[in-house]
Amino acid sequence: MKTAMRGVALAAATALALAACASAPEESPSSSSTDSAGASETSTAKATDYTACIVSDAGGFDDKSFNQLSYEGTKKAAQELGATFKEAQSDSETDFQPNLEAMVSVGCDTIVSVGFALSAATVESALANPDLQYVLVDDAADNDFNGEKDAPNIKPLLYDTAQAAFLAGYLSAGYSKAGKVGTFGGQPYPTVTIFMDGFKQGVDYYNKVKGTDVKVVGWDGKDGSFTGGFEANDTAKATANNIIGQGVDVLLPVGGPIYQSARDAIADSGKDIALIGVDADVYNTDPSVQSLLLTSIMKNMDVSCYDTIMAAGQGNFDPTAYVGTLSNDGVGIAPLHDYKDKVDPALMDEVNKLKQDIIDGTVKVTSYLNQ
Amino acid sequence: MSDTQTSAEHRRVADDSDRWREALHRIVSGSWAVSLGAIVLAVLGGSIMIIVTDPGVQQASAYFFSRPSDTFAAIGSSVGGAYYALFRGAVWDFGADSFAGAIRPLTQSLTMATPLIMAGLGVAVGFRAGLFNIGGRGQMLVAAAAGGWIGFAVDMPWPLHMLVAVLAGMVAGAVWAGIAGVLKAYTGAHEVITTIMLNYVGFYLVSYLLATPGLLQAPGSSNPKTPHMLTSAIMPDLLGRRYNLHLGFIFALLAVAYVWWLLNRSSTGFAFRAVGENPAAAKVAGIDVPRTTVSVMLVAGALVGLAGVTQVLGTVTTGFSYDIDAGIGFDAITVALLGGSRPIGVMFAAILFGAFKAGGSVMQAAEGVPIEIVQVVQALIVLFIAAPPLVRAVFRLPQPGKRPKRGKRAARRQEVAA
Repeated sequence: MKTAMRGVALAAATALALAACASAPEESPSSSSTDSAGASETSTAKATDYTACIVSDAGGFDDKSFNQLSYEGTKKAAQELGATFKEAQSDSETDFQPNLEAMVSVGCDTIVSVGFALSAATVESALANPDLQYVLVDDAADNDFNGEKDAPNIKPLLYDTAQAAFLAGYLSAGYSKAGKVGTFGGQPYPTVTIFMDGFKQGVDYYNKVKGTDVKVVGWDGKDGSFTGGFEANDTAKATANNIIGQGVDVLLPVGGPIYQSARDAIADSGKDIALIGVDADVYNTDPSVQSLLLTSIMKNMDVSCYDTIMAAGQGNFDPTAYVGTLSNDGVGIAPLHDYKDKVDPALMDEVNKLKQDIIDGTVKVTSYLNQ
Repeated sequence: MSDTQTSAEHRRVADDSDRWREALHRIVSGSWAVSLGAIVLAVLGGSIMIIVTDPGVQQASAYFFSRPSDTFAAIGSSVGGAYYALFRGAVWDFGADSFAGAIRPLTQSLTMATPLIMAGLGVAVGFRAGLFNIGGRGQMLVAAAAGGWIGFAVDMPWPLHMLVAVLAGMVAGAVWAGIAGVLKAYTGAHEVITTIMLNYVGFYLVSYLLATPGLLQAPGSSNPKTPHMLTSAIMPDLLGRRYNLHLGFIFALLAVAYVWWLLNRSSTGFAFRAVGENPAAAKVAGIDVPRTTVSVMLVAGALVGLAGVTQVLGTVTTGFSYDIDAGIGFDAITVALLGGSRPIGVMFAAILFGAFKAGGSVMQAAEGVPIEIVQVVQALIVLFIAAPPLVRAVFRLPQPGKRPKRGKRAARRQEVAA
């Protein structure tokens, strides 16, 4: 993937070199500065000396998942603030500490670390640099499990995706004609199982309200089907095939690009199976699955990173933990797009009402974030 | 199957393994000049990558013919900036306000080099005995798991705790490589295949242990990560808290000395090299080839295991996950090749790679150069090392004759004759 992108860049550069006959721009202060190339507002560039930085986990910034969304949100905020933006990608866990140290040494004010894997390294860096601000995506920064974050200058960004998955589960149960819906995950991490568990709770709730018996394949509330990794490989496809073979007509794959394997498995089966995306509205990020997509369970990491960095850049950094919920739009479900005609509008009304009930607290969704 | 067919089959197999051995021998006997030339060529290749991926250069090259100077200025600033950042991150920080701060990058390079030295030695010992140990990843992972478990789960006083954990890691690594050694020695299974397969076995085994409560997983968490190592098991910092350089570096230097003694001064090492040069002759000379093969893999695995356990007790002491090997098992192959499979050479090659790793972080952070560029440079080094005639041709170094052992002298004589 990355190599391919380099290849594309090479080809693009060659094309540019071949077409290098354009006229030179007029001499102006901004045209000679190379680092403002990416900034949309050159006039505000260097309006502030604030520096926002981001360190990825081993997934890299092109993972079409939490690294990418956090990256986009952080970069957008930095550009709008006219701030300097620095990024470092980690290839393995031994890179976390050096990358964070490099960020400190190049003068970052706020450092966003993405993923629970960076938790320990971020806490260490935050304790060593109490003047800097840290944002930790998807982890509570609580490595001694005493219920409190381990460094005062870290803002954890957490997402109660079970709430949105609950709505998707209810919707799927109502949509399913087979009476069976399926899910599978990459690895049994809390940030993965929270989707599967919320989904199952939503299906169970539908059964309770309607007196039906829609089954969930791939997650029993404690354990389920996992591919063992976050790659769209043959294992992921075999796992998807296995679940499709049990007669489901809605499928929720949770974990980065493994939905692509589910897409291929659905195509091979020749059956009419709806897919549910995770993290972003997959309808927008991946056109290849548009026709299959019932909805997406969105975890708006781009929005919360953006908001956090905007506040920090204006001097209003608030280190209290953020928990994305349905009520603050930190999580949610995407519009039906192509499935609009296939879903009973009455069902959608129920889902919208259910959303309000969850926000009001009349319907309880449990997850590791609110136990 | 008739007798003639069987003997033909035998000859073919023997030919095959001869060819492998010959190729390996050529690769490891490359001279210093070739290593240096490969590095220079790789750095040039890396510069090209930086130039074509730099947005400033792309912008300026669009109007190259109206004002070429812009393009060259952009090229200069992108390449210069990138390698300046690499140097600043790997050797000397010009921005630091004190000497202590300025040498910090150098100590960081040595920290990064530490596991590479150990694992590189492990691979080099295998190379010298004619064995490709591609199983560094699996060996490091099982070593990290064994040493790490003792490091966080068992209570013992320092330094006993640390030493026991290190020993456990080395034993685990040795056993993991030893399996491949036994399979090679007594069943003829090629060690390349068995060590690669053992990488998968090790990876999924450790993944399972990490995801299962009560085994390696930190209590109270459901993330696949171990708890923090106990203080009594941690390798202490050599230069104080400010630097990451830890006791593991001393272990690495001891390992260099040990491997040098083993290969050059001990009879075991002589047997290793004899088997590497010519197993048939070694057998005739009374060396037990299968037994030697197993011991080579045990020594190699213990060295790679030392690298694995150093990662968890020295570099990342806050608990580890299943990518703690950080690709070092594979980088070690490059390091061993670049170092000509000689202990001192391996040490310097590892320090060079450590510097690339340490500088890579700053290169990304300060200049926005993708980390992949650093990896491209590393990959190009291997590529050029594997093609010594190419490097010799580019730098007009003497091409050795067909017999690599007396290559230089023969070449010189030829020149004189001409």
